[in-house]
Amino acid sequence: MSELLKVENLSVSFLSYAGEVRAVRDVSFHVDARETLALVGESGCGKTVTSKSIMRLLGRTTGVIQPGSHIYYKGEDILAMDKKRLSQIRGSEISMIFQDSMTSLNPTMTVGAQITENIRTHARVSRADALRRAEELLRMVEIPNPHERLRNYPHQLSGGMRQRAMIAIALAMDPSLLIADEPTTALDVTIQAQLLDLLRGLKDRLGMSIILVTHDLGIVSDFADRVQVMYAGRIVERGTVEEIFQNPRHPYTWALLRSIPGMAPDRKSRLYSLHGTPPDLLLPLEHCPFAARCEYCMPICKKQPPAETVLSDTHGAACWLLHPNAPRVEIPRGIGGVNRD
Amino acid sequence: MLKFTLKRLGYMLVVLFIVVTITFFLVHSIPGDPITAMVQDLPEETRTVYLARYGFDQPLGVQYVRFIKACLCGNLGESLRYPGRKVIDIVRNYAPVSGVIGGLSLAIGFTIGILCGILAALNRNKWPDKLIMVIAILGTTIPTFVTAAVLQYLLTVTWPIFPTTGWGQAKHIVLPVLCMCVGPVATYARYMRSSVLDTVNQDYILTAEAKGVSQFRIVTRHIFRNSFLPCITMICSSIAGIFSGSFIIESIFAIPGLGKYFISAINDRDYSVVLGLNIIFTGIYILAMLLCDILMALTDPRIRYSNDR
Repeated sequence: MSELLKVENLSVSFLSYAGEVRAVRDVSFHVDARETLALVGESGCGKTVTSKSIMRLLGRTTGVIQPGSHIYYKGEDILAMDKKRLSQIRGSEISMIFQDSMTSLNPTMTVGAQITENIRTHARVSRADALRRAEELLRMVEIPNPHERLRNYPHQLSGGMRQRAMIAIALAMDPSLLIADEPTTALDVTIQAQLLDLLRGLKDRLGMSIILVTHDLGIVSDFADRVQVMYAGRIVERGTVEEIFQNPRHPYTWALLRSIPGMAPDRKSRLYSLHGTPPDLLLPLEHCPFAARCEYCMPICKKQPPAETVLSDTHGAACWLLHPNAPRVEIPRGIGGVNRD
Repeated sequence: MLKFTLKRLGYMLVVLFIVVTITFFLVHSIPGDPITAMVQDLPEETRTVYLARYGFDQPLGVQYVRFIKACLCGNLGESLRYPGRKVIDIVRNYAPVSGVIGGLSLAIGFTIGILCGILAALNRNKWPDKLIMVIAILGTTIPTFVTAAVLQYLLTVTWPIFPTTGWGQAKHIVLPVLCMCVGPVATYARYMRSSVLDTVNQDYILTAEAKGVSQFRIVTRHIFRNSFLPCITMICSSIAGIFSGSFIIESIFAIPGLGKYFISAINDRDYSVVLGLNIIFTGIYILAMLLCDILMALTDPRIRYSNDR
C-alpha cells in the first residue's frame, strides 16, 4: 500500500507561565492510503495535539511545532507549506471532524451555507451547483429531507444529525484523509454505533484514509486497521488491531484493554481502573513515562527511557519488559488472544 | 417575523402606559404644588386661580384620568413657566437638533468602535491592540466637558478651523459630534474586542480553518456576526440616548437641543414639560428596544426561531 501521510519526529510544545509543556514528544508514524489508523490514549496524552498538528491547526493556541518535525502529505511537507498551499490542502485533501458538533458548527449560518462554504472555497462552482452538491452530501450522510435541512440552522438539528452534517462538510471535497477527533464522544451509544457504521461505509465507498482519535478502545476494535497507543506525548505501542487486541505487549495497553467494560474476566467483578495520573508534561521525563503507574516497574524503568522493540513489521512497543534480560511477564487474565471472547 | 414584531409592539404599549403612570404619580408626589414652587409669596387668591387653571385643585385621580385622556389625544400638556409653549412643539423644534448630533456621533462612534474592537482583538497583545485599548480607556475616563474644552481650544483657538459655538451650519456640527463620539468609540471598541476574543476561541472557527477558509472570510463571515450579537443590546440604550441629547455638549457648544431643554425644565420645576418629555423619551427608548429585538432576531437564528412559535 502506498504511504499517504508520514509524520516524522513530531514534537509539539505549549509555552505556559510554568514552562514548556511538551505535549507531543518525537512521534513518528505513517498512514497508508485507504486505511484507518486509531490514535488511542487518555486525556492529555497528545493524541489531539498530534492530529491538529497534521493540519497545522494549533495556530490560536500557544502550541508550537518544534523544529526538526516533518509531516509529509503525498511527499510534500505540510509544515513547510505557505499559507496558500495550506488552505488548498485543508478541507479538500485533508479534512477534520471534531468532538462536539454543537459548538463546531457556526450557530448563525445555515447547514447549507456551511457545506457550500467548503465547496466554494476550493472549487469554482456557482452557488446553485454548490447547493445541489450539498444536498447530495446530506443524502450521502443519511440525513432525511436533505433539501429542507439545507436551510436549517445547527440548533434545529439533533446531536447525531449535527455530527452527520459535520461529516458532510468534511467530505464535501472528497478528501484523501479524514481526521476524526473523538467523533462520537458527545453522542449516546446507539447514535455512536450508527455514526461509526456510516463512517465505515463512506470510507470504503470514497476510498479515503481515516485517523481516528479516541480514548475508547471499544470502538477501535471493529473500526480501525492499525492502532497506536499514546502516553505522555509518546507512542508506547503500535500494531494492527489483531496485534494490539490479541497480543498486546505494553503494560499501559494492558491497562487500557482491561478498562473496557465487558472485557473483564467475569462480569460480576469490578471494572479495572488504572491508579495514579499521567506525568506532568512540564517534566523532561528522561525515563519510561509510565514507570510511576506501572505494576511491573523495574529499576531501569526509572533511569532510562525504553527504545521501541520491533515485534513484527507492524508491531512495536516501547517497554523494558521486552528487553531480553527482563523477567518474563504474562499478559493479564481477561485480555489478549487466549481469553478473548 | 411580523408576528414577532406585533407581539413586541403590544408589550411596548403596556410598558409605556406603566411608565407614564409611574412618572405621573412620582411628579405629583413631590411635596408642595408647582405654583408655589415657582413663585413664593403669591397671594392666596392668585394661587387658587392658578391652581384651578391647571386643574391642580382636583383630586389626584381626576387629574390622572384627565392627563391620560389628553395624552391619548396627542396633547402632552404645556409649559407652566412659559404659558402657550406646548411640549409637542418643544419636541418638534429641538428633537431634530439633538437627533442630528446624537445620531451622527453614535453612527460614527459605533462604526469606528466596532472596527477598532475587531482590529484590537485580532492583534491581541500586539501594538494595535495596546494602542486602541489605551485610547479606549482614555475615552471612557476623560469626561466630555474636558474633551470639548480641549477640542475647542485646539480647533478654534490654536488652529481656527471651526467655530466655537453656534448652530445652523454644517461647520457647527463637527466639534460637538467629535466630542460625542469619543464615548461610543471607546465603549464599543472595548466591548467588541472582548466579544471577538470570545468568538475566536469557539470551535466553529477551528472548523472554518479546517475547511481552508481564508482568514479574511473567517473574520467577515464567522467572527463578525457572532461577535456583533452582544453589541446589539448596547446600541439599544445608545439609540434611546440620541434624542434626550447631551446636556453638557449642548451647553458647551450652545446648541438648541432637547437635552438642554429637559434639564432647564427640571431646574424650573416645569412639571408638565418634564412629564411630557419623559413620555416622549420613554416612547423612544421602547422603540429602540424593539429595534434591538428585531436586529437581534435578524442576526441570531436561535432567537428568531424560538420566538416565531
